Amino acid sequence: MRRRFTREQKMTMVYGILCIVLILVILQLWLLTATMNAYLGGDESIIWPAGLVSLACFALNAGLLWYLYAIERSQQ
Amino acid sequence: MVQPDREQITVAPDGRPDSEQPQWRRDLPIDWPQDHYIARRDFTKFLVLTSFAFAVGQSWIVVQNFLRARRGELPIQFIARLDEVPIGGGLTFNYPDEHDQCALVRLDEGSFTAFSRQCTHLSCSVVPEPDKRRFYCPCHEGAFDLATGSPIAGPPRRPLARIKLEFKQGAIYATGVEMRTL
Repeated sequence: MRRRFTREQKMTMVYGILCIVLILVILQLWLLTATMNAYLGGDESIIWPAGLVSLACFALNAGLLWYLYAIERSQQ
Repeated sequence: MVQPDREQITVAPDGRPDSEQPQWRRDLPIDWPQDHYIARRDFTKFLVLTSFAFAVGQSWIVVQNFLRARRGELPIQFIARLDEVPIGGGLTFNYPDEHDQCALVRLDEGSFTAFSRQCTHLSCSVVPEPDKRRFYCPCHEGAFDLATGSPIAGPPRRPLARIKLEFKQGAIYATGVEMRTL
């Protein structure tokens, strides 16, 4: 039997996911400014790693959002 | 008879539960608790879109860096003869393209420096001021050290790009551009 979450439980989950997503987005913003500074300064060493980390952050964020919608779909 | 959702305070006009309502009615709920949940879920969705935009921006830098690396070596360009530049004076030239302004300064008898004139703040053209030992950016009162190109005043944080110089048979040549973060 599929578990049904109450609205309070879903609210707690959305707050938790929102906090994680917010932290990751701030990390991406910092990464973007630091990488732009490095690129304009001719430092190429961090550009590829920073790009991969940013894509990983986006994938994690998208996965969390998908999970949130998956919970809603499973309860309908 | 269809039972309404137990968490649904207000019942829709057709009497059916929330899960059977059209999408627009589920996205615009009447009840405050459900509205709070939807607002936070949509804010999360907005943040994920922002995250996507940052990832695209980051990828753009990777592509630009790849294209810059493919350009290869810059040309060697004659700037001036040594005796054409007075001690404490300088001249301007364009390198590596005709739109890239640079400045050559003779600090003393055998000491020359050359920098791009593009300010590292917002790309205004800096003005060499040898008497004040600085390059001055009139846009936002920025200043760079004349000898090193390092920022000494105003909003710029990165030094000016250094033009690599070579001296051959009494002439000065530009051979490359060195961009720096420190």
